[in-house]
Amino acid sequence: MGLTGLAIFKLLPKTNCKECGVPTCMAFAMALAAGKATLDQCPYVSDEAKEALESATAPPIKLVKAGSGDKVLEMGDEQVIFRHDKTFYHPTGIFIEVADDSNVEAKVEEINGIVFERVGQRYEIDGVAIVNASGNADTFKNAVAAAAAKTGKVLLLVSEDPAAIEAAAAGVAERKPILYAANGDNYEKMVEIAKKINAPLVVKGKDLSDLADLVGKIVGLGYKELILDSGERETSKVLADLTQIRRQAIKKRFRPFGYPTIAFTTEEDPYLEALQAQVYVSKYASVVVMKTTELASLLTLFSWRDNIYTDPQKPIAVQPGVYAIGDVTPDSPVYITTNFSLTFYTVQTEIEATKLPSYLIAFDTEGLSVLTAWAGGKFIGENIGPWLKDSDLNQKVSHKKLIIPGGVAAIKGKIEELSGWEVIVGPREANGIGTFAKLKLGA
Amino acid sequence: MPAEILKEKFTGRVQEVVLGATKDEGGTRAYTVKLGGSSTLPFLQFEGDIPNRPVIAFEIWDIKPDWHECFAEYYSDVWEDPVAWAKKAEELGADVIYLKLRGADPELENSKSPDECAKVVKAVLENTGAPLMVEGPGNPDKDNEVLQAVAEAAAGENIAIGLAEKDNYRGIAAAAMMGKHCIIARSPVDINILKQLNLMITEMGVAPEKIINDPLTGGLGYGIEYSYSIMERARWGALIGDKMMAFPVVCLAGPEAWRAKEANAPLEDAGPGWGEQKPRGIMWEAMTAAALLQAGGDLVLMRHPEAAKLLKKHIESLMVPNVY
Ligand code: B12
Ligand code: SF4
Repeated sequence: MGLTGLAIFKLLPKTNCKECGVPTCMAFAMALAAGKATLDQCPYVSDEAKEALESATAPPIKLVKAGSGDKVLEMGDEQVIFRHDKTFYHPTGIFIEVADDSNVEAKVEEINGIVFERVGQRYEIDGVAIVNASGNADTFKNAVAAAAAKTGKVLLLVSEDPAAIEAAAAGVAERKPILYAANGDNYEKMVEIAKKINAPLVVKGKDLSDLADLVGKIVGLGYKELILDSGERETSKVLADLTQIRRQAIKKRFRPFGYPTIAFTTEEDPYLEALQAQVYVSKYASVVVMKTTELASLLTLFSWRDNIYTDPQKPIAVQPGVYAIGDVTPDSPVYITTNFSLTFYTVQTEIEATKLPSYLIAFDTEGLSVLTAWAGGKFIGENIGPWLKDSDLNQKVSHKKLIIPGGVAAIKGKIEELSGWEVIVGPREANGIGTFAKLKLGA
Repeated sequence: MPAEILKEKFTGRVQEVVLGATKDEGGTRAYTVKLGGSSTLPFLQFEGDIPNRPVIAFEIWDIKPDWHECFAEYYSDVWEDPVAWAKKAEELGADVIYLKLRGADPELENSKSPDECAKVVKAVLENTGAPLMVEGPGNPDKDNEVLQAVAEAAAGENIAIGLAEKDNYRGIAAAAMMGKHCIIARSPVDINILKQLNLMITEMGVAPEKIINDPLTGGLGYGIEYSYSIMERARWGALIGDKMMAFPVVCLAGPEAWRAKEANAPLEDAGPGWGEQKPRGIMWEAMTAAALLQAGGDLVLMRHPEAAKLLKKHIESLMVPNVY
């Protein structure tokens, strides 16, 4: 990434000893540049060369992981500033705060219970941030232990007192918690603690310059499992800082900013808080720490996160084909929709709710919605008709009746002509399927 | 190691468009509203100026709307009467009134004539002070007739009329020019069509300071990410100097958000974990709108007064200066 073979060659020993498995240092340099070799294959690179090569070939934003088991959260390793350039890879982790002097178990239980399902996706809170509100190290340690016992989610330990962090972290080391935070006064001690358990450490600056400075010092101590907090808390200023950090990491390869980021909400109103968190999800935060457990706030925030982190170049699609919903029989109705996963799951959920076993065709539209595919010529009688005529549905059902979405009533005639099936125009929106099935299909 | 602030050097800026005309300007509006004008990405005041904050328009209809029952609490006393409704929208904090002439849909039984529509518009203008936007029924032929009549009736008021689309912009553009109004040009989530349509409208003689774009908004969870990226690309285009991408952007957030099941479903029909409909519907709309602001929305159309209220506060927090 970035470096040419020639630039790499200049940093190699140039002895052509062949121990790396290729005949010359030059050949090895070319292989490195092409990503076909790794630096550790050469035993003789100097430490300085290693450092220079590693930082030049490292991704612009380091991948940092927290948590354990099936709850590992991956942060960073993003490549672009705008999702239309490529995609955003690692969805923002959404954490909820719990004060150490509150009823920790009850709160964590509540957080565990927040689970949403929509369009085939399941969302849950990614992590719990235990805050040392008491200022007491023992209280903190007990609260962290209590939270850890109650949840497998990623833990974020919030205290700028190294003694409190050390005591609490020791008990949950194998959980790989995130430690918050190293500042100008405590960083040496914090780095020591983080190193011991190899946990990601948040670096909290007073502003961007202070942050860069502090990261430089911590990297100097040999620790790189870092997450950045510029210290700013006002929405518009956090937006500016997060933008700067992302831009400088990607466009300038400014190493001190090449790490994931964390942001904290401050709005008191749970709905405004969700809108504030939305800004940070949209603009580059790897973790957002919130206070609210209000369902409407979190459901909408997760939905937005899901949207912004989908790959803009390929719509999420389901496998095209015929899906049986429930215990189908030859009398079961047959519906058709597209294989765009949003469309498919929306329709599938509604058909399921009719309790009437049915077939649902996910017609191959290359992942486009009904109207988009229709406008693009991919969900029209000319394609559906011939497909249906040859489909094994002809053997599976005895009736030859197809229900189509109301938005594309115009394709009825052509399908009938080309397939020999009768077409019934269904409701426009999927949420009309329940009533439709009751009235027309006797569900 | 001091962090140097990285600023993009933009040469372009979003076109500024004024909506409404006061007495001095030949109209009767109590105030005007300015859209666009930014020379930077959304809310990044550190590298450019944002002369105008995003504007909130309230959606009203000329007939009783088929909206979710939760709107009755706010509008049932006014929604049979567009004038009363418009006044209520002003009271509730609308910067702009967005009147949708659904009643002129030719498929309706008592479809309103262009004349009747013009009368509604006139009455709304006579009884309110906010700048006005008017959307036709969405049928190409009828849109042309209706908006022509509306443009005449509102002459001097500098309203906005739409939606002009690629296959149906001439009549609407002519009406806008004749009445010295603004035009809302819609493209179907497509950056090339957006440019092309702007070009065609400009070539017809519509002045740049009279053009507003609707790049078509998907609701949260229903295609919004496509709209978001098209808007980001258009804004970038505007800032690097492409004038045909530089028109202020309206996002019809309210109507799109309220198409979603998540906004409407009562608790009994809701998905796992969704909670009560009331806050969910409000937040579905507010989140849709707020997300689109991050992509460069200059005006958002809102339906629920509570969602609009949240958005207004949210915009205030985003407009706090962030110059380094
Ligand atoms: C996002 C989007 C896109 C995305 C595509 C996303 C995707 N994966 O499909 C992009 C940007 C690529 C796109 C492109 C185009 N788009 Co487009 N797009 C949209 C947008 C904003 C949302 C679509 C969406 O995701 N809807 C959500 C899904 C769930 O809806 P749905 O599939 O229709 O399903 C619903 C119902 O149909 C029903 N239903 C579905 N299946 C079934 C089955 C049965 C049996 C029943 C009863 C009901 C039912 O239930 C669902 C929920 O209610 C809409 C406008 C809008 N706000 O809706 C325009 C829209 C669909 N696009 C449109 C157009 C014209 C295009 C283009 C042709 C534009 C162009 N470039 O020329 C292209 C064509 C693309 C191509 N390559 O062929 C038009 C179509 C107009 C028309 N009626 O002909 C729309 C309506 C916008 C407009 N008003 O102009 N688009
Ligand atoms: S092992 Fe190192 S020094 Fe030896 S040839 Fe390969 S690159 Fe050159």
